[in-house]
Amino acid sequence: MSGVRVLLGTRKGAFVATSDAGRQRWDISGPHFAGWEIYHVKGSPADPDRLYASQTSGWFGQVIQRSNDGGKTWAPVGNQFVYDGVPGTHQWYDGTQHPWEFKRVWHLEPSLTDPDTVYAGVEDAALFRTTDGGQTWQELPGLRGHGSGPRWQPGAGGMCLHTIVQDPSHPGRLFIAISAAGAFRTDDAGKTWRPVNRGLRSEMLPDPKAEVGHCVHRIAMHPSRPGVLFMQKHWDVMRSDDAGDSWHEVSGNLPTDFGFPIDVHAHERDTIFVVPIKSDSEHFPPDGKLRVYRSRTGGNEWEALTKGLPQRDCYVNVLREAMAVDSLDACGVYFGTTGGQVYASADAGDSWAPIVRDLPAVLSVEVQTLE
Amino acid sequence: MIRVVLPQHLRRLAQVDGEVRLDVAGRVTQRAVLDALEARYPALRGTIRDHVTQQRRAFVRFFACGQDLSHELPDVPLPEAVAGGTEPFLIIGAMAGG
Repeated sequence: MSGVRVLLGTRKGAFVATSDAGRQRWDISGPHFAGWEIYHVKGSPADPDRLYASQTSGWFGQVIQRSNDGGKTWAPVGNQFVYDGVPGTHQWYDGTQHPWEFKRVWHLEPSLTDPDTVYAGVEDAALFRTTDGGQTWQELPGLRGHGSGPRWQPGAGGMCLHTIVQDPSHPGRLFIAISAAGAFRTDDAGKTWRPVNRGLRSEMLPDPKAEVGHCVHRIAMHPSRPGVLFMQKHWDVMRSDDAGDSWHEVSGNLPTDFGFPIDVHAHERDTIFVVPIKSDSEHFPPDGKLRVYRSRTGGNEWEALTKGLPQRDCYVNVLREAMAVDSLDACGVYFGTTGGQVYASADAGDSWAPIVRDLPAVLSVEVQTLE
Repeated sequence: MIRVVLPQHLRRLAQVDGEVRLDVAGRVTQRAVLDALEARYPALRGTIRDHVTQQRRAFVRFFACGQDLSHELPDVPLPEAVAGGTEPFLIIGAMAGG
């Protein structure tokens, strides 16, 4: 019987929500790893029972957990993330150079084909990879070493590598994004990298069109059309039709183009979802109304989706990792809030209902569609 | 036999209940105890001290016999009562966060 498994990372533990294909009745398990910050939980596309979780704590540092049975049981694996060679320096808030220091894993991206291979995006920004199921991790140093690293600087949330997108048609091609450095692409499985930020414009930079320094919040791709990318930037919703070589703005009629997550419908590659947030200093929805916006035209023309979402007195945020889609028909859309609500739509955003309403602040949402 | 008390989160991570009892060869120092602890419970590596520098994590503290030993050098012998097993070596998650 088909169904979905929603993997939730929160400030105080992980939760797993499961439902049949109707997606109306939910069972919640958790908290797993209670009391720890769970930045991300994600399953392997090659083996849905293989899950990885990033578990972190200000007291006890980084732990990586692995499950081989779809989240019923977990075991810690390797947690040693050591930068390759001399770590070097990046730009600090005061303009001085600051040594790279590992803080936590923000994002775990299992390989499309091998359950034992996983990419990890970390703070301070770097990309690591395991090929032994998480026992050992090695940096892909070409990213930090490609030349612009000393000009990267942390955003308010830290200098994190938070987005990793794999191109299913081009096994050597990866896109990553760093706050606040921008987007980067490799075409040779991580050996060499280049910034792909042409067309981005960030008014907070001395040169708004700088090669690096942009605060990219999220990038999404439809796997059937990997040359087209959608980006939620600090401000601006952007689109690339040439695999990141250039970007153009598609914010169109959004009430505000600030926000964090962006995702693409599982079956309609020009249908995309964002959650507009008032501003970079007011991290809540405009007018106290929680609205997902959907474009069916690949951007520019947006409609508000409100049915089932609070339309007054709502002042939560939706973080960059906290939206996902399933691949059932009709496509399900999910997002979690800093207020601990997780909303699901089983009709591509037309209507919404909470899966659960009182979790700790939700950091990440991933969905597995189970056959 | 050295007695070690872990904070709740690390007990759960190491999957132990109550005190941990360790055999420590040679001089009983902070480093020797942590080496033995991490050898027995590899999941604790990196959670009490840094993998590479071996420095205590900032919000972890070491207490024993009513004293804060957090700032002692790692190779200084621990108190006789810890070495003799009459008092535990306490690993504490510091009060932090308001």
